[in-house]
Amino acid sequence: MPNKKLLCAALAGMFLISGCATTIPPEALKFNPDTLANRQVQARKFDTKNEKELLSAAAAVLQDLGFNLDESAPGIGVLVASKKRDARESGQVAGQIMLGILFGAAAMSIDSEQLIRASLVTKPAENGSGYILRVTFQRVVWNQNKKVTKIEAINDLETYKGFFDKLSKSVFLEAQNI
Amino acid sequence: MKITKRNLSVGLTVICSAFILSGCETMQARVLDSSTNKSAVQLRSMQSRAFDTTDRLKTMRTVIATLQDLSFVVDKADMELGSISATKLDGYALRMTVSVRPHSEKMVIVRANAQFNITPVTEPKPYQDFFVALEKAMFLTAQQVE
Repeated sequence: MPNKKLLCAALAGMFLISGCATTIPPEALKFNPDTLANRQVQARKFDTKNEKELLSAAAAVLQDLGFNLDESAPGIGVLVASKKRDARESGQVAGQIMLGILFGAAAMSIDSEQLIRASLVTKPAENGSGYILRVTFQRVVWNQNKKVTKIEAINDLETYKGFFDKLSKSVFLEAQNI
Repeated sequence: MKITKRNLSVGLTVICSAFILSGCETMQARVLDSSTNKSAVQLRSMQSRAFDTTDRLKTMRTVIATLQDLSFVVDKADMELGSISATKLDGYALRMTVSVRPHSEKMVIVRANAQFNITPVTEPKPYQDFFVALEKAMFLTAQQVE
């Protein structure tokens, strides 16, 4: 079956290419065109004089979202939290089952669990009043064979919007776009 | 010598093992990273810069903000030691630890070290890029440390 051969070749190629990437990509530590846009999505300014209160309200929101706190350094406004969750998505499962029927169970890769990490950082606003809070999420996804399938930053607008909506309610303060 | 199936398979096994073993280094070399062709002095020099400020806290906050701008998620921060660790996930895992130490009466030294997946980053370019990003955020020039 030529299709099967093609798929095997493509997969082998992908593994070889991914195996070769042992040096750091040239753009990894440079600002890029998305830097400013990401900052705007991930940060809000809060009109408060009390950084600790803002952090503690944010910690409560992280708990509302089911995160467990891993690290906290309130002196420099840092909270780190994570949670493990199911990663199955119905669309992917259906597609992979089809692949399994065609090429055997070994060809299937269904995302099964994920680790979601969040770091939340506050810092005094540049103009001297209030604090800027920036939250960033990332995740690692494993398939049913415990192999890593995705390792990525979460840049989805709705995720951040949802977080700040909850935080605004939590601090009873108006979150202002920067 | 007649090439039998047995001889062939023994030969292949030896060749394969040689390839596998040549990729190995001793545990000691891995722990001490002694196989990198850079000396400790060279590494420190490419990984460190001095800034004309005594505000260690503000420098730490700026380092964190720069790391966030570069899509890192902070793993750990310690105000007393002045150290920050963060990870960037983008199809790869890039982990950095940055430390901020007072240098003289009017300077701080920022030192960064990075690992890309399972290898140490020992080329100067990524560190240069990091310090270029940091200088922009600090509004100060990053100076080479002698």
